[in-house]
Order: sequence, then C-alpha cells, then structure tokens
Amino acid sequence: MFKKTTISVVLTALMASTAIAGGHCAADKTLTEGKLTVATGNPAYFPWVIDDAPESGQGFEAAVVYAVAKEMGFSDSDVVWVRSSFDEAIQPGAKDFDFNIQQYSITAERDEIVDFSAPYFTSPMAVLVGPGAVDTAATMAALKGLKWGASGSHTSVQKLMNDIRPMSDPLLYADNADINAAIGANQIDAALFDLPTALFLSAVMIEGSKVIGQFPADDSQGGDQFGMLLEDGNQLKTCIDDALAAITANGTLAAIEATWLQDTTGVPVIQ
Amino acid sequence: MSDTKAAGMTRRELFEQRQKRRSIVIAGTSTLLVLLAVVILVPLTPGWEKVQKSFFNGAVLTKTFPKLIDAFQLNVLIFIWSAPLIAILGLLVALARDAKSPAMFPLRILGAAFTDVFRGVPVILTVYLIGFGIPGLGLPRPWNSPYIWGSVALILTYSAYVAEIFRAGIDSVHPSQRSAALSLGLSERQIMWDVILPQAVRNVVPSQMNMLIALQKDVSLLSFIGPVEIFRQAGVFKSLLANFTPYVGAAIIFLIITVPATRYADYLLARQSKERS
Repeated sequence: MFKKTTISVVLTALMASTAIAGGHCAADKTLTEGKLTVATGNPAYFPWVIDDAPESGQGFEAAVVYAVAKEMGFSDSDVVWVRSSFDEAIQPGAKDFDFNIQQYSITAERDEIVDFSAPYFTSPMAVLVGPGAVDTAATMAALKGLKWGASGSHTSVQKLMNDIRPMSDPLLYADNADINAAIGANQIDAALFDLPTALFLSAVMIEGSKVIGQFPADDSQGGDQFGMLLEDGNQLKTCIDDALAAITANGTLAAIEATWLQDTTGVPVIQ
Repeated sequence: MSDTKAAGMTRRELFEQRQKRRSIVIAGTSTLLVLLAVVILVPLTPGWEKVQKSFFNGAVLTKTFPKLIDAFQLNVLIFIWSAPLIAILGLLVALARDAKSPAMFPLRILGAAFTDVFRGVPVILTVYLIGFGIPGLGLPRPWNSPYIWGSVALILTYSAYVAEIFRAGIDSVHPSQRSAALSLGLSERQIMWDVILPQAVRNVVPSQMNMLIALQKDVSLLSFIGPVEIFRQAGVFKSLLANFTPYVGAAIIFLIITVPATRYADYLLARQSKERS
C-alpha cells in the first residue's frame, strides 16, 4: 500500500514536471514574459549564495532557483537577478521580482501580507557562542545564563524570548555582521541562527566561536521552514510549488542540499 | 469716549470684528475641504486597501502598542542620563573655546577640533565606531556595555552642537556688560559665572529645547549596536508580522512626547522675541 502511494506520487510528479517543462504554467504570469525575475538579499550570504554572485548558480539557494527555473521551463539565461531588502519585499504595492529568496521563514502572520511557496528547506535553529563561552553545556538551564544576541529581523527572536527566556535582556542587531562585531567586543556570549548560517559563521567569520547545539527540528518552535516570498495573490505560486514538488520527488533538491550545506549531524541537540 | 463705549463698539471695532469672523469662516471651510479631500480621496486610490493593511492595521497596533511603550522606557532612561551630561560637557567645551588667556590657546584649539569632528560625523557613524570600537579594545564586563558606549557617542555628538549654541549665547551678551563688571573689580571667573553666563544661558534656552527634542529622537540610533529600544522593538514586530504598523505606533509614541515639547520651545522663543522687541 505504502509503496503504491510512493510510486504514484513520483509518477504524478514526473507527469507534472513534463507538463511544466513545456513552459505553459508560467506563461503570462511573470514580470517580463519569458524571463524569471528573482530577488535575493543585498548582500546574499554564504552558504545560500556563494561570493554574493547568485548568477553563478553556486550556493544552496542559487542552485535551488536554477533547478526550479529549469523545471518551470526557463533556461539558465532566462533567470534575471535583482536585489531587495526584507522591507522592500513586504511593502505593499507592485514588486520588481517574481519571487524573493533569502531564507524567509514561513509564518502565519507573514502569510497574511505576502504569499510563500512550499518550503524548500527546513532548518533547525542553532546556538553559536563566542570564544568566552565555548564550554557552555547544551542544556536550556545553561543557555538561560548567557548574554544573548540575535538578528532583530529573524524569527529566532521569538524562539529566544518564548523558549530560552534568558535572565538578562538580549541585544538585537540589524544583521549578522553586527552580531559578529558584538561577539568580538564581548558584549554578547551567544547568538541564535539557522544551523547552516551558524556553522558558516563559526567556521569562517567569527574566530574562536563554536556551534554548541541545535534545537530539535521537529519542535514546532525550533525549526524554520524557508519559503520563497511572492506578492500576495501571485499566480506563479502554483507553478513554483509544482516545480518544488518535482525537484523534491526526483532527488534534485536533496542533491543540492548535500552539495552546498554541511553535514549537520555532528551538532548536539539541546536538551 | 464714554458715549461710543455706551453705544457698543466703534465703527472700526465693528469692522475688525466682521473681518475676524470672515477669516475664521474662510479658514474653517478650507481646512474642512482639505480634510474631506484627504479622507475621501486617499481611500479611493487602488492601493489603499493594501497600504491600510500594512501601515494602519488596527489589530496589529493594539497587539504591539503596549510592548512598544515598554521599549520606549529605555529611550527615556538613556535620554535622562545623557541630557545632563551633554549640558555639562557642552558648556565646558563652549568655555574652552572662549578662553581669553594666551596660555589657554591649546584648550581653544582642542575645543574647536572637538566641535568640528563631532558635528561633522554622522551620529550613526559615531555610535557604531564608539559602540563597537571601544569595547572591542578588550574592556571587561560590564564596562563594555553598548548602553554605556552608545550613550557616550550621543553625549559627544550632542555636546558639540550644544557647545556651539552656548557659545552663540555667550557672544550675544553685550561687551559693555563685561566692561561694567571689570570696572566693578570683578575677576574673570566672576564675570563669566555671575554676569555673562546667566544671561547667555537664558538667551539660548529655546534653541537648547530643540536640541533636547532632537536628542530624544536620536536615542533610537543606539538600536544599531544592540539595545532593544522602541525602534528595534518595532522592527522586530515588523519582521515577525511582515507589517509596518508597529513603526506607525512608534511614531505616535514619539509624537506624544515631541509635539508638546516643540510647542513649548516655540512658546519660549515667541516670549523671548517679545521681550527683546
């Protein structure tokens, strides 16, 4: 029974993908006919986009975009990149992109203002500590005692306030570079990121720092589902969702993930 | 005289009263028309519904407003400890720039350099450089706190402006005051503290009120180095809810404070110019 369903899902996905490959789904629905305009952050960060150059297709999100575009019947040269801030993406009015991809977590509140595609990645949240706090145990009790920082535009703020409830008021920053500076100045001990970002910052950006733990991804508050952001009511959503379903079913998405995102099994789960 | 009073008002007074009534009616009608135009026409624009949902969302406002007020208390605190220090440092810098004795020349140069640098650099840059830079030198906690160094950045920047206003005030006191004090045998110090400064400070109170209002708003710049004051709190809500209404809520809270303060500064200024004329 189970096998049958799996096979039929794969079959449907394959059929859908051939249908989409004809380019019918996205016809008349994109900003510029025949082109797919994609927005990402300015700058776009590793490992989501390598060297801030999404057009190279290097990096997890860049690769996902090209895979989705291919599935929708666009060639690589049909993909046009633009840059946008978070605020530009959620402001009311016409958008200058078909969809926007920069680790947007899907939440019910955001969904009221904009639309999201199906999730293309589920990331657990992870704790990055500075050089002074690398010996902290991966337990809630130990985490409460740290001096916390986080990005003010990230859903991790909610996790921090509702679950960790640190004993001293956390400091919030505009972006990861400022969090980096604050850890360097020893103003905060720890910061909360999505796991791939935390691993990258620890390995490359913040000397002496360490990812001491991740929250279980199945915990509704601990994991973040990333979706592509579209203008509310954008017709393209179903095409993107179909394309995502297709690349999930045929293993492309898993392969992209294996290529660009580090193996995260070594990070202990926080008790 | 008593005859005309008894008959009511003079012809001139009647005329003026008519004129006054007429201008009130005209002003009232035009204000009403403009208001009506805004209230009726703006919602007719095609994007209004979306703008209303994103910027003027009642549900979001009621949900976030109490927490914004909580966060605003931090703004008030930072303001309260910064303002007196700014006044003191500003006055000292103004006095340094006004030092008359030749031996004090280095002090004058220092004062001039101070005002040039801190008036010339955008506040946000000073906040960044001092807020992250000085703690980065390796100060132990709690002395590396962004609250301390962010406030220091504000104090340095604002005292540069305040010093210039004090200096203008000192210059505005007529030289004859100084000569008169000298002829009475007062010392330099007495002349400055007892004769010139009391008049100078009085003259610049309205201008300094405006600096206080500007400071109240610029406290929000500290959010860039970590403290969760009202602007950052509104930004957190904006991100979580994908809605700009919390910013409008923050603007309302600022206006509640700054509008009366601005009116008061205007009143002081008007009173002062009346006294002088």
